[in-house]
Amino acid sequence: MPSLIDLVLTGRPAEHHAPWRRAIVDVEAWTLVAGELASGRWSLLGLWGEQAMVHMAVREEEAAEIAVLSLECAERRFPSIGRHHPPALRPERTITDLFGLAAEGSPDVRPWLDHGEWGVRHPLGDSVASSCNSAAYTFLSAEGPGLHQIAVGPVHAGIIEPGHFRFSASGETVVRLEQRLGYVHKGIDGLMAGADIDRAVRLAGRVSGDSTVAYALAFSQAVEAALGLKVPSRAVWLRALLAELERLANHLGDIGAICNDASFNLMQAHCNVLREGILRAADIAFGHRLMRDIIVPGGIVRDLDASGRAAIRATLGDIRRRFPALIELYDNTASLQDRTVATGIVTAALARQYAAGGYVGRASGRTFDARRSPGYAPYDVLRFEVPVLDDGDVNARVWIRIREVEQSLSLTGQILDRLPEGPLHVPVPSEAAPREGMGLVEGFRGDIMVWLRLSDGRIDRGYLRDPSWFQWPLLEAAIENNIVADFPLCNKSFNCSYSGHDV
Amino acid sequence: MRKLLFQSLFRSPLAEQPPSPEQVAVDELAAAFQRTARQRLGRSLSIREIDAGSCNGCELEIHALSNAYYDVERFGIRFVASPRHADVLMVTGPVTKNMREALERTYHATPNPKWVVAVGDCARDGGCFAGSYAVVGGVSQVVPVDLHIPGCPPSPAKILQGLLSLLDRAAANGSSS
Repeated sequence: MPSLIDLVLTGRPAEHHAPWRRAIVDVEAWTLVAGELASGRWSLLGLWGEQAMVHMAVREEEAAEIAVLSLECAERRFPSIGRHHPPALRPERTITDLFGLAAEGSPDVRPWLDHGEWGVRHPLGDSVASSCNSAAYTFLSAEGPGLHQIAVGPVHAGIIEPGHFRFSASGETVVRLEQRLGYVHKGIDGLMAGADIDRAVRLAGRVSGDSTVAYALAFSQAVEAALGLKVPSRAVWLRALLAELERLANHLGDIGAICNDASFNLMQAHCNVLREGILRAADIAFGHRLMRDIIVPGGIVRDLDASGRAAIRATLGDIRRRFPALIELYDNTASLQDRTVATGIVTAALARQYAAGGYVGRASGRTFDARRSPGYAPYDVLRFEVPVLDDGDVNARVWIRIREVEQSLSLTGQILDRLPEGPLHVPVPSEAAPREGMGLVEGFRGDIMVWLRLSDGRIDRGYLRDPSWFQWPLLEAAIENNIVADFPLCNKSFNCSYSGHDV
Repeated sequence: MRKLLFQSLFRSPLAEQPPSPEQVAVDELAAAFQRTARQRLGRSLSIREIDAGSCNGCELEIHALSNAYYDVERFGIRFVASPRHADVLMVTGPVTKNMREALERTYHATPNPKWVVAVGDCARDGGCFAGSYAVVGGVSQVVPVDLHIPGCPPSPAKILQGLLSLLDRAAANGSSS
């Protein structure tokens, strides 16, 4: 049983890769990683391609070590990881779609993001023009007496993002759900290539609108790691303030929306009032309700003044006063609990296998929180708990959010109390030689990973991995044997990002 | 729950709290909207929202229109589940190539008279996603657009303002497509 570090040392080290190591390994080592992932000792953080190379970021769970392993694909193929470790399947299908590199031995070679509409195949690899409208997508089958299919989407009934869900149901009971995503694929990886840092961070902030702060932070961390930049401490603290406000706003919105999907509108009405309070305070403090384009590589572009501080304090106080009654309301409404308890269960084993982040993982016993491990400033000096539950149902995912709201209220208070003075920004130098960096940030939904290579102040290749990549497949498992009518409830309790996944 | 409901009965409505500058704008808009919407459409305006490729930022702010501060339902503005029930299609995002067909079909499923409102900077011309192999561009490249509300994302007050100007224009023209 090798350690991750041992394995990295057997490969050829990539120069200038920070803060973790990257090594170019051979096919044998690549396949060995698949075995370690399948055994559950390591987990997959990301899997992405380039013109003639595939990369895989993995974490050794026990040692909490992170590394990137790369394999050259001279013959435009690589041994499939997904064959041994299913969480890798969709990323591999994406690599094939975008770069034309084939995952050898993969049990699923259907296209994923490519719907045959781009007018081009392998747009980021050796692109070839293609006529639109390829063959119809083949959904996985479900056979049995009395089974019927329900097709939902891409345009859904609410104000939500587009995606297709194909249910196979027996009466009311879901026998199989299969997702088809990619509808909001905007080609952000392609747009990143060649972009300067200013443009690239704006793109990063638009991967998933609800996580614009977390994405800008992860991207900035990656740039700063690559260039060895030290961000002034006031900026570091303000970034955390933005991140916690974003977490608060999203969790409050989610708690309300989940209850609303159980037809309990009262909770949503109250939660959305609290959420709006945060957005308005953010607007006063930072000039943008979603706090977009505030975090940039090197620091932050806007300071917090007295009026902003007062607005944030006021809204936090308001939430502290009013949230406990809402928790009580959730806890004491039997008809609501009847819908959420024991609905849409994700087993601990699946959460671990998929390395599911955020409330999906933590409601199913997975303790991972990127603020703790690998951890980043200023969370190392802030007091907070990472709530974890074992039930894995909709109820547990609601409770994780409730507890995280409480933690974020405490964190924002601590940050405002201890906010250091000083500069907000350091200039970002332009290095001619290629530099590679990685960032791992805990967004409200889970850990967001960014990997990039910079040269001459431009992005050579940027990969942004949303937590949803490893949560969407679990929704398929969670809904099995539940009734169709509980799907919106389960789906909302995951609240996976379509745009973040489709990039 | 009874306690919470009871309190709500006696608390003044949030929408009429001491006015901040933004609140004044919202109230003015709301009053004007009510006049125009009634004149033009009776008592209601049904909106079908379509994300044709957005980052979800615009959706968050469109959602906010329904919270207690903006509470658009009090003016008869409703978000409906089916395009067949809609007067207005509210489209966000740069239209991705993978969503083009779905957008076209939704448009054709909406009965006349109908208006299309494109929301957000990307919806005008693709915004920062313009030029990608996976993006068609602005909404108007796929379906005719009656109004564009800029912003990244536009605030709920801006969206409400935009809807108002659409109704004004529709009332002035006397007819629509």
